[in-house]
Amino acid sequence: MPEDNRIHLMDEADVRREVVRMAREIVERNEGTDRLVLMGIQRRGTQIAALLKEEIERSEGATVATGSIDITLYRDDLGTVGPRPVVGESILPPAGLDDQNVVIVDDVAYTGRTVRAALNELGDWGRPQRILLCVLVDRGGRELPIQPDIIGRVVEVHAPDRVEVLVPDLDGRLGVDLVHAEAAAE
Amino acid sequence: MNPTTALPLGKDLVGLEHMSAAQITAILDTAEPFKEISERRIKKVPVLRGKTIVNLFFEASTRTRISFEFAEKRLSADTVNISASGSSVLKGETLVDTARNLEAMRIDMVVMRHPASGAAQFLADRIPSNVINAGDGRHEHPTQGLLDLLTIRDHRGRIEGLKVCIVGDILHSRVARSNIYGLLSLGAEVAVCGPPTLLPLATSELGVQVFTRVEEAIEWADVLNVLRLQLERMEGGYVPSPREYNRIWGVSSARLDAAERDLLVLHPGPMNRGVEIDSDVADGPHSVILNQVTNGVAVRMAVLYLLAGGQPESAEAAKQGDDS
Repeated sequence: MPEDNRIHLMDEADVRREVVRMAREIVERNEGTDRLVLMGIQRRGTQIAALLKEEIERSEGATVATGSIDITLYRDDLGTVGPRPVVGESILPPAGLDDQNVVIVDDVAYTGRTVRAALNELGDWGRPQRILLCVLVDRGGRELPIQPDIIGRVVEVHAPDRVEVLVPDLDGRLGVDLVHAEAAAE
Repeated sequence: MNPTTALPLGKDLVGLEHMSAAQITAILDTAEPFKEISERRIKKVPVLRGKTIVNLFFEASTRTRISFEFAEKRLSADTVNISASGSSVLKGETLVDTARNLEAMRIDMVVMRHPASGAAQFLADRIPSNVINAGDGRHEHPTQGLLDLLTIRDHRGRIEGLKVCIVGDILHSRVARSNIYGLLSLGAEVAVCGPPTLLPLATSELGVQVFTRVEEAIEWADVLNVLRLQLERMEGGYVPSPREYNRIWGVSSARLDAAERDLLVLHPGPMNRGVEIDSDVADGPHSVILNQVTNGVAVRMAVLYLLAGGQPESAEAAKQGDDS
């Protein structure tokens, strides 16, 4: 993929700085780490949630419960795009979600449909006291009335272009790229 | 994501004979996350919301029918059960007419068990709904084959290279056929073992070994899949009596203990305890029979999910792949 179709929005240092700030904001909004549960959306949201957990545990010296949500079976577009070949697994923290303060963590906020699906799935699992939404990048373009509470960075990106969050486990490095549509079509 | 990521599973699941190893593996892999749904407090996901599925059972079945029904309900589909007794089939309606009438009520899928071999393919060729074969005569019972594969893979970590022996009435068994096709496709070595009267004439064409003594089969195998001896076979003169069958072909703990290896014992159910399998084996450490039942729901959920989203283009492609 030619480099000129890909613009670096954030490098590793930028992401880590935002993670530190977002972690602090989560603790502030939650008034501590009591009953705090970070639920990452598979797959990159889970990775961002792991970074936030690490940071909160470092700064607060407390253990934070985490889990992950795979929203494949809660999507509303099975009929139009067909099944995903790989259905991921959802992992619930041992204590469950009842009366917890849940933070849904995703990499990019876009249409809001993923978050809608995640909210439905969380509702099937228990009754959290409160749910917040935390994303590393908000690219706009919402199709549902859903807004993130804690945002790393806001970038206005128009339809065919994509925002890619890169994480070490899946992509070999940490960062955020803007990919132009021509590159995406290849 | 683009539609080409959809699996070319086709419109229907008729049997494992013409499926590729990749397709079978894809179903098994998809079944993995579905296991977890049945462990949740709320055992339901909305993925098939609004789909109507008809369970059309022309033969008696408890396990398979209930397993399909759980799978359908846990995916939020609407289901209707029809059995041959108490339906218009008794009044002489043909299979195609029954199915066309159901179609006229706008259904999405049919799960069918039928006493005639080939009934599932016959129906699949004639209606646009997805057809899932839940057992057709002596032909195939693909979801049973898949759940057996999943259970073996769960316990041994692989299928490839394992030695699997199917013991019992191979001649009349659709479970045996689906197992043989699936196991061979995934690279297992397969053997059959049973009274010569209950073995098909052309076993070599299936690409399997034949053992005539169950002791030899146990000596050779990593996995035994013990089939039910249908008691009506006595009347057909295939075996003299259940007791004699048990004495010569029965899987007993004494016979298993003689083997050096740690065998895995499967049985598709319902069991005739004391005939093809002894109680201490069925309830013993080798048995994974109840794991099979649990996996049955997950495998059927995976099949329903993959077929429900099947793209017409990929269904066509899959059919063309079969013909070539």
